[in-house]
Amino acid sequence: MSNYNNEEKKNHVIDYGTYIFVWLGLLALTSLTVTVAGIHLGNYTLIVGLLIALTKASLVIAIFMHIKVEDPIFKVFIGIVLLTLLAIFILTFIDYSFR
Amino acid sequence: MELNNPVSTNNNQHVHRDDVGARIGMWLFLFTELLLFGGMFLVYAVYRMKYPDQFHLSAMEMNTTIGTLNTIILLTSSLTMVLSIAAIQKKNKFLSVVFVSTTLILGFMFLIDKYFEWSHEIHNGNYPGSEVLLNKKNGEILFFGLYYAMTGLHGLHVIIGMIVLSFMLVFLLRDKITFDNYVKLENAGLYWHLVDIIWIFLFPLFYLIQ
Repeated sequence: MSNYNNEEKKNHVIDYGTYIFVWLGLLALTSLTVTVAGIHLGNYTLIVGLLIALTKASLVIAIFMHIKVEDPIFKVFIGIVLLTLLAIFILTFIDYSFR
Repeated sequence: MELNNPVSTNNNQHVHRDDVGARIGMWLFLFTELLLFGGMFLVYAVYRMKYPDQFHLSAMEMNTTIGTLNTIILLTSSLTMVLSIAAIQKKNKFLSVVFVSTTLILGFMFLIDKYFEWSHEIHNGNYPGSEVLLNKKNGEILFFGLYYAMTGLHGLHVIIGMIVLSFMLVFLLRDKITFDNYVKLENAGLYWHLVDIIWIFLFPLFYLIQ
């Protein structure tokens, strides 16, 4: 039964316009990140660059990869994987810093 | 089965098909890809912390223009990829074929760009094991090693993505992908978007250190 519901949910077709709008946003963020890199912000350059990259990746995942309209279980999966990745990074850096 | 079913199109609804399950399977695979690249990003992070100045110095040799161009190409290819899915949803097979083909062309353009970029670096003597590179400091050797390994693995994924998309093109033309059964195209799209996301992170880490 739940399958049929999902099929129905999937049939909510996202319009071409939305995708083009998101694409324009991605291009704007790209020009922003290139511009920011040209300004001397010292250590903030890396942080700003990564924050913009994270924003772009979230847009791609939410809209282009349909996670926004996808079954909620996908969000749970992605959350767990990202937390795992974060844990690996944190643990490695703790190990590296106190070596 | 099919021989006894002249009206098989109507019976398709009763054939067991689990599109959500298929997409979950694809995502599980994407997670393994994420951990593969994640490991390399981790190595990059640790060595950048250890040799910040030398990473900075090496990154100055990167061509930001080519990097930016490739970012725009991949973002646009992601758009055409998702538009091909939207088109088949709207029963527009022709437009879907056009968009998948455009995605393939953009992927090819990305690789051409990459070829020129690598040729330029190799011409400058910055390739693994080269005389020029081995005389540099550890951090610079590591930067170029990571540069070739990470953009190389990414480029390999672009090639694999293009092979998968070529199959999707054939499926579309042979009506194996239709408006009511397009999960193959969706999953190919998911792979293509992952490749795009990896590049979104590679771009500031290798091309935007000023």
